[in-house]
Amino acid sequence: MQQPLVITATINGRPVERAADPRMHLADFLRHEVGLTGTHVGCEHGVCGSCTVIVDGRPVRSCLMLAVQVDGAAVETVEGLTGASGSLSRLQRAFSEHHALQCGFCTPGMLMTLEALLRTVLNPTETDVRDAISGNICRCTGYQGIVEAALTAAKDRQGEPA
Amino acid sequence: MKAPPFTYHRPTTGEELAALLGSLENAKVLAGGQSLMPMLNLRLAFPDHLIDINRVEGLAGIKVEGEDVVVGAMTRQADVLASSVVAERLPVLAEALRHVGHIQTRSRGTYGGSCCHLDPSSEQPAMAALYDARFHVVGAAGRRTVEAADWSVGMLQSALADDEYLEAIRFTPWRDGADGRCGYGFAEYARRHGDYAIVGCAALVRVDQAGAIGRAAVVLFGVEPSPTRLPALEAASLGQAAAGFNPASHLGEVDALDVMEDIHVNAVYRRRLARVMIGRAFADALARATGAKA
Ligand SMILES: Cc1cc2nc3c(=O)[nH]c(=O)nc-3n(C[C@H](O)[C@H](O)[C@H](O)COP(=O)(O)OP(=O)(O)OC[C@H]3O[C@@H](n4cnc5c(N)ncnc54)[C@H](O)[C@@H]3O)c2cc1C
Ligand code: FES
Ligand code: FES
Repeated sequence: MQQPLVITATINGRPVERAADPRMHLADFLRHEVGLTGTHVGCEHGVCGSCTVIVDGRPVRSCLMLAVQVDGAAVETVEGLTGASGSLSRLQRAFSEHHALQCGFCTPGMLMTLEALLRTVLNPTETDVRDAISGNICRCTGYQGIVEAALTAAKDRQGEPA
Repeated sequence: MKAPPFTYHRPTTGEELAALLGSLENAKVLAGGQSLMPMLNLRLAFPDHLIDINRVEGLAGIKVEGEDVVVGAMTRQADVLASSVVAERLPVLAEALRHVGHIQTRSRGTYGGSCCHLDPSSEQPAMAALYDARFHVVGAAGRRTVEAADWSVGMLQSALADDEYLEAIRFTPWRDGADGRCGYGFAEYARRHGDYAIVGCAALVRVDQAGAIGRAAVVLFGVEPSPTRLPALEAASLGQAAAGFNPASHLGEVDALDVMEDIHVNAVYRRRLARVMIGRAFADALARATGAKA
């Protein structure tokens, strides 16, 4: 078997250098090697969306990317949403206000998917939001609260300076 | 589960890639990983070598070459969907991509990867079949071009040899002109949006100034192991008045198709659905070509 390969990446704005087996997927790398356990692993074959992170600005399924593939890339995980003092982002607060989570298992993936949407679509419709989270499965909430939270956060963001 | 062990290669040029493919045994190319990674994680594939082509120069991007639009194999589905060239010249590709997976899978999944993987329900190889696209293939022995009709050689099986890779797919758009105006139609049925289609259909037509159909192409996907063109329907439509044409009267060839069956969908239902999808896609194509639909 091939020796571990060294990966140099920026994770939530910080430079990280770690070795990983080539076969290790990005979600396991984040959780087990970097210690960022916010990213959840549900199905490991691309259907549930709980492992969604942002790589070079795009939402991706981290169970379907090898860790070695982010060598040189910028990765953002749910841990990166909170401010330095641990304060929640507007989207995270909206999740809390709208009861957009129950068990919380899908939440990191939902947040990263919606974070990516809200950065690119300034004034999303309910359809845009539902389309964006069509690849994220939630077993608890029935999605309504999640959609409301995203729309609320989008509205508030428009008022903020970019 | 976790992927089995393999040796990882990351070529940066086409020459390096061809040399690796020519020398390694039991090697697999890794493109967007949206089909191959699940297969590795589910232990359905056991390559000894994984050749990651994400950093090979020149494989991604959409180029206009004369009349043609050339889509690099590594162009992400999201980038094809967002392309203004595609929106203008190949709008049915974008329409189809809205039904492909989800934003996270389109961020990584590539147009060439879908065409190489050849899922029977995949929209991308069906679009290539619809346009009689040409596949540019490179191997240790050199380059060759494969016609869309020869691309799929069986279930999940492309015409690529073990030591070849797909470089790009060349589409020749249908343009409006003196011989008429073109329109496309697309219809697909899946249990949930973003799921693989149970059955889908896409159609292209050209309608001349007198209102007659001058050219037509129709493809079904999800019905047979490979995309299915419908030459009898296409031929029957030629010269017919767009206003009165009813594809339902020309579907004899659909009865003869070797329709797939699975645990959810039997052949009777799938064949019936195919007829419905053909009707919708053809009607939309005619409506666009005659200006009745935007
Ligand atoms: C949740 C989910 C939903 C999906 N829904 C759909 C859907 O509705 N419709 C649809 O069409 N697809 C769907 N897909 C599949 C997705 O579109 C894949 O991206 C696509 O099938 C494969 O492209 P890829 O770039 O990811 O290729 P990979 O997964 O990296 O590769 C697939 C295969 O093609 C080979 N290959 C790839 N590129 C090349 C090349 N340039 N030369 C030679 N061989 C190559 C690989 O060796 C491998 O055998 C879905 C996937 C997921 C996870
Ligand atoms: S764990 Fe990645 S999609 Fe389910
Ligand atoms: S909150 Fe439990 S799965 Fe979504």
